[in-house]
Amino acid sequence: MAESLLKITGLKIEATAYPPGEPPRDITLVEGVSLTLEKGKVLGLIGESGAGKSTIGLSSMAYGRGGVRISGGSVVLNGRDILNAGPGGLRAIRGREVTYVAQSAAAAFNPARQLMEQVIETSLFHGLMTRPEAEARAVLLFRKLGLPDPETIGTRYPHQVSGGQLQRVMTAMALCPKPDLVVFDEPTTALDVTTQIEVLAAIKEAIVDTGVAALYITHDLAVVAQVADHIMVLRGGKMVEYGTTRQIIKAPAQPYTQALVSVRSIDHEEKRDAPAVLSVSHITARYRGTNFDVLKNVTVDLPAGQTLAVVGESGSGKSTLARVITGLLPASKGQITFAGRALLPALAQRTKDDLRELQMIYQMADVAMNPRQTVGTIIGRPLEFYFGLRGDAKRKRVQDLLDQIEMGKGYIDRYPAELSGGQKQRVCIARSLAAKPKLIICDEVTSALDPLVADGILKLLLALQAQERVAYLFITHDLATVRAIADRIAVMYQGEVVRYGTKSDVLAPPFDDYTDLLLSSVPEMELGWLEQVIASRKMEAAGH
Amino acid sequence: MVHPVIKLVAQRIALGLLLLLAASVLIFVGTQILPGDVAQSILGQSATPTSLANLRAELGLNEPPVTRYFNWLGAVLQGDLGKALTNGQDIAEAMGKRLGNTLFLAFCAAVIAVPLAIGLGLIAVRYLNRWPDKLISMVTLATISVPEFLLGYIAIFLLSVQFRVFPSLATVYDGMSLGEQLYAIALPVLVLVLTVLGHMMRMTRAAILNVMQSAYIETAELKGLRPFTVIARHAFPNAIAPVVNVVMLNLAYLVVGVVVVEVVFVYPGMGQYLVDHVSKRDVPVVQACGLVFAAVYIGLNIVADVVSILANPRLRHPK
Amino acid sequence: MRIPISALIGLAFTGAYFFAAIFASLIAPYGMAEIVGDVWEPASSEFLLGTDGIGRDLLSRMIFGGQTTIFVATSATLLSFGLGSILGFTAAVKGGWVDQILSRGVDLMMSIPSLISALVVLSVMPVTLPVLILVMGLLDATRVFRLSRAVAVDITVMDYVEAARLRGEKQMWIIFREILPNALSPLVAEMGLRFIFMVLFISTLSFLGLGVQPPLADWGGIVKENREGIVYGIPAALIPAVAIATLAISVNLVADWVLTRTSSLKGGRGG
Repeated sequence: MAESLLKITGLKIEATAYPPGEPPRDITLVEGVSLTLEKGKVLGLIGESGAGKSTIGLSSMAYGRGGVRISGGSVVLNGRDILNAGPGGLRAIRGREVTYVAQSAAAAFNPARQLMEQVIETSLFHGLMTRPEAEARAVLLFRKLGLPDPETIGTRYPHQVSGGQLQRVMTAMALCPKPDLVVFDEPTTALDVTTQIEVLAAIKEAIVDTGVAALYITHDLAVVAQVADHIMVLRGGKMVEYGTTRQIIKAPAQPYTQALVSVRSIDHEEKRDAPAVLSVSHITARYRGTNFDVLKNVTVDLPAGQTLAVVGESGSGKSTLARVITGLLPASKGQITFAGRALLPALAQRTKDDLRELQMIYQMADVAMNPRQTVGTIIGRPLEFYFGLRGDAKRKRVQDLLDQIEMGKGYIDRYPAELSGGQKQRVCIARSLAAKPKLIICDEVTSALDPLVADGILKLLLALQAQERVAYLFITHDLATVRAIADRIAVMYQGEVVRYGTKSDVLAPPFDDYTDLLLSSVPEMELGWLEQVIASRKMEAAGH
Repeated sequence: MVHPVIKLVAQRIALGLLLLLAASVLIFVGTQILPGDVAQSILGQSATPTSLANLRAELGLNEPPVTRYFNWLGAVLQGDLGKALTNGQDIAEAMGKRLGNTLFLAFCAAVIAVPLAIGLGLIAVRYLNRWPDKLISMVTLATISVPEFLLGYIAIFLLSVQFRVFPSLATVYDGMSLGEQLYAIALPVLVLVLTVLGHMMRMTRAAILNVMQSAYIETAELKGLRPFTVIARHAFPNAIAPVVNVVMLNLAYLVVGVVVVEVVFVYPGMGQYLVDHVSKRDVPVVQACGLVFAAVYIGLNIVADVVSILANPRLRHPK
Repeated sequence: MRIPISALIGLAFTGAYFFAAIFASLIAPYGMAEIVGDVWEPASSEFLLGTDGIGRDLLSRMIFGGQTTIFVATSATLLSFGLGSILGFTAAVKGGWVDQILSRGVDLMMSIPSLISALVVLSVMPVTLPVLILVMGLLDATRVFRLSRAVAVDITVMDYVEAARLRGEKQMWIIFREILPNALSPLVAEMGLRFIFMVLFISTLSFLGLGVQPPLADWGGIVKENREGIVYGIPAALIPAVAIATLAISVNLVADWVLTRTSSLKGGRGG
């Protein structure tokens, strides 16, 4: 029986927290985690943020980021105990037997040195190859990973190369010294959907080609299902479930795993047509001082009490559309009609009622609330400002709203810093509801949340829509969310609406090129999906 | 197609010159337009109206301010800084030697302070939050809490009077050998170094810390590189720009510290010259000195910005 | 609220100095200009710090000097702070050409070192306390402007400020209820640092003979008066050094504490 490459037993990782004004305390980040990884196999570590996946991944190199220390258990790599290896011993294995691919390639590269130098650095340092050999291997890897101009891309600097390409260069850097194990730490999380799938395919091919073993860390179950042989589900630093990919995806045993697998499977029936509460008509807009339009001839309608999902990647103009509708960026051409009346282009020109009936919820709830105001003040201000409520009447209404967003008693006097991510977003929802709006613009409201928490928020939004008959303009880049809650969909690309209609119409073929690309790039939680997509794209490329 | 770096550097230098011009206007306004009759100050209380009127005409005080400004500026650009009111001496001539002395003093202080500040900054980061770091922080807090003149007198008290190591008056004159000169200015240099060191060291520590906490340093460590290699190959090239920036900004502090130190040690430099003539209300001298100091200060700031531009890889290698 | 030892020490010393400054005439054993003993007498039970170059009690001079120094420094700080922060906020919130003009003006004023500017102006204006306070306050207001503008700009781009704008809140409400409470802690900490700088600045000016004029005394002036004694080994001129240094360090400690304490609001759960 071949000895396993990596064997972690009973791992315990701790850190010291220094809360201001209080004595330092020790917190346990990871406890009792054990795993075994064979040569050439891929283990996926999955969990929500704070689950400890990166910490465990880095412990395979006996590394703790920022004062984090491995305080218990053992890590055995290639038969050697590395926790007691000493600095010299660790330097011998890092960059040689184990390498690391970071989440943000842009930050992980030295901005002052050329890419080739950085890619071959470890190979030269550990004396594995001569310079010409290392460079040749690097170019080979660039070609395999699908990078443009593989011969010359090494002479570039990090800022001269795009995000997706940089991620692939980092993968090349990790594979160059022919390591036994590569730790991939959320390598595609920061990328756009359409870029993500290319990078993912490139990584998968490289893994299969070189026969390297890998720890693949991500929070997206659909992604990990494409690359991993085994999956470990983590939560709060502890192991929840550990099994083969097939077993985890098809027959999850634990309730938490089951919840992760079934995420975003909310069933939402499309509503029938109704008079529009918002009509955006031929809107064109540009930022002052620039000479190109950021929105071109955008026309969409949103029926009352329904949800219009605006989908697109970064730079598509979806957030700009929100700014135009709210009046922060006056349109240069076109008309907006809201609740039967014309909406003047600039914020300053609008009436109080206009402002009240159109509300907005933001992506990052942390910065959407004033940290020095209590929850009661935050939710209470719109009540005061629009309806003149004061004192007890106001407090009662605030509590009613808190009940409506499923947060019970005891929150009125809390500060935002004391709430969890999901709770913060709920308070923001309550704040917008307090104004009794007809339309709420939701700008990527679930994008910064963990999948399960995001699910909860989406369910809440749907329930509130049924209760209050409020319309949503839901801006997102995530197609799974769109399927779950939209009645109508508008797909945006480079400032234009490329596809618009009811959900069933938009999601049914035949597609325009961009929508086709977008829809096919979203990872499905099916084994072998990635191979299918790669194959079909190769066929298309060959056919044209 | 001009390289963007050259364009940016040229822009910065042009901006600096513009700033210097505006500063000259400010200095001129500060001395000439504010209340206070120059002629009266020179001739004293007992001056007759006729002599006052004559002096005003002679000094050109009756012309409109704008004309007076351009007259002054024109003269300055030709190297004529005017004549001192108190003794009629040509300012440019008197300043020449003194400026040399001041620059010599500042240079010696800089040559010691800069490596020391960078070195201490590196040590503080290496032992972050441990006792060497805390000790260095405390000492620098003490030095920046005490004004330069007091540091000067403490130094004199300890090293000149109690222990008789260095002279308390920094007299330099022509004909002194370099060694003698260095001995004479040992104490003022010490005081200047201490003054500037406090500020500079805190800022170099912050700049180096910022670089060391970047993600690419972690990448280098995870590649198993030796600590020295990590610092030399990865930290250093990215730290040059912020550290040089810090050094230049603090050398500007030096400009101010020099003035006080020269007074304490009676050193024949620009600072002493300026202070003497402020009390005597000798406006032309004050104007000229103010202009020279401002030029040096602005010049150092320009150098700091230009280094930042040159060291930025995004600008050196545009997309 | 648990206050760390360093901040307690800082508060104690700062409090003591301000107390002595306010009640100077009640605390000082002798008058400010009374000649009570021999020249350069060493410290004794009669004169706790000895006498100065003319025979005046040094302790009394120090107490009255502290009153002047602290009074000038505090007034100048209030002026520089009030002016600097109001203009800084205005520049940040209004933006556009208002911001441009103010920022360029401040850049210009900051292109000349403060000491040089002060010397230039004081060479033509009468050197009285109000003039000193005005000059120091205006020169330092530039630094406060830069800081408060930067702080306000950081806050203005937050979504909660935009949310308030979208609600239709008036400009004043946004400044006072959304921006100011979040800007307070870095500003208050900075106020402490500006105060220290003012103490050092006025002492330096007085030392150069261009600050507080006799018969009024301040710590810088006391150094100037007693500087000849140094060469004879008489430490009288160094006593103000101790006072200035301890005051500066104490205020620093308090400012540090304010900064760390209010940078998190009930940080963490169950705070």
